[in-house]
Amino acid sequence: MGKSKKIKSEAEIQYDKKVKEVSPTSPLLTDCVKAFLFGGAVCVVGEVFYTLYSYLGVSEKNCATGVSITLIVIAAALTGIGVFDKIAKHAGAGTVVPITGFANSVAAPAIEFATEGHITGTAVKMFSIAGPVIVYGSAAASLYGLIYYCFCRGV
Amino acid sequence: MKNKRVNDLSSMPVIIGAAGVAGQTEGKGPLSERFDYVFADDGMGENTWESAEKALCRKAFETATAKSGLAYEDIGIVFGGDLVNQCTPSAFGLKDYGIPFAGLFGACSTFALGLALAAVFVDRKIFRFAAAEASSHFCSAEKQFRMPLEYGGQRPPTAQRTVSGAGACILGQKENGVCVKKVMFGRICDRGVTDATNFGAVMAPAAADTAAVFLQETKTSPTDYGMILTGDLGKVGSELMTQLLLEENKIDISGVQTDCGNIIYDDVCQDVHCGGSGCGCSASVVASHIYRKIADGETDNVLFIGTGALMSPLSSLQGDTVPGIAHAVLIGRKGNCV
Repeated sequence: MGKSKKIKSEAEIQYDKKVKEVSPTSPLLTDCVKAFLFGGAVCVVGEVFYTLYSYLGVSEKNCATGVSITLIVIAAALTGIGVFDKIAKHAGAGTVVPITGFANSVAAPAIEFATEGHITGTAVKMFSIAGPVIVYGSAAASLYGLIYYCFCRGV
Repeated sequence: MKNKRVNDLSSMPVIIGAAGVAGQTEGKGPLSERFDYVFADDGMGENTWESAEKALCRKAFETATAKSGLAYEDIGIVFGGDLVNQCTPSAFGLKDYGIPFAGLFGACSTFALGLALAAVFVDRKIFRFAAAEASSHFCSAEKQFRMPLEYGGQRPPTAQRTVSGAGACILGQKENGVCVKKVMFGRICDRGVTDATNFGAVMAPAAADTAAVFLQETKTSPTDYGMILTGDLGKVGSELMTQLLLEENKIDISGVQTDCGNIIYDDVCQDVHCGGSGCGCSASVVASHIYRKIADGETDNVLFIGTGALMSPLSSLQGDTVPGIAHAVLIGRKGNCV
């Protein structure tokens, strides 16, 4: 059992071609420029908080953690008041790639499925988008840790 | 013996009551004045998006019934459907009227399917009065098929916006009025498209197939119709349907074809990419705008082809293709309409 995979017939390939000709494509250059600018802006905000926390005497390591938490809180709050998706529509990868995207992908389904209950809705669906990142992220981290433990100790 | 695909309804059942209702965004579009009712808020005063769709369904059905002058118990059967799991908005929305109910799933072609069935039931005198109803809601459809509303993603330019709207028609025998003359049920067409963000490409072959068979069997040409009205092909699908018919059947529908999904939103001001879609798209447009156009004598013989993409979120994840379907209903004037 697995995902169905069908080899396309000649007629289907021809139709795919026709569809491609007719279908509009995303404006790649505009999208890239916008993603660069919005993504850069997220980094600037992060940098501002980093400087602020350093100024307040927080250690370098805790500053980095603090900045991540701050960005997550801001992104989740913007999701809650319905602003995040309006920014992200233009920002694209600019808001998806930084930790803001992760925060939004957890907050959005949590809000959406609240109508199905706090346990059976929000809690169940909360990681429906971010879940794969957590699963494969922690799996990759464990694998990396194992390799490091076996071969790189003391190096 | 080969079945005849086009059914002539010799008694020409009349649409004795019709109503199209819409949500907030649709109400800001070019057809705002044409709808029978526009909800000021997409929540429609309900607690969930699914209940909001119920409200759409009820409003359309109640308005259509009131216009027909019938009592609910006069209606023999109502064919209703939507896009939500197990058609709950239609079933829950229509449960309090005490009318026999047949739930339909024809994806976005549901309204054409229901209208065709109701017309056949009245023509064959199974019931004196029968009704068709279909609804969709942008938020319940996004929740079911796509991403949560607040998720910050970008929609591809081929995507269409699910219309928050509903339409209902009550059919019965009458001397004059806007009537259903012929119906044809569509067959499932699969050209191997797997992109669930390009429904125009999925449904265009089905629409072209239905249009070609209808025109060939009735020995008519596109110019014999006031309008060839597709349900929700959008810009991409309309272009593909026109090309397919021209290349494969030598039929030119350009200039005659209109799409409900293309006229419900303002292309420039409303950021909806390739137009509207969903059961409520053709339902709300046909039951209000198009019905009035025919009743007012602005057009006649509208070949309405409701289009649907047969898929579920599960089938898409499993890598299945998305087949399309299209049902045709010929709507025109009977006697002295006005």
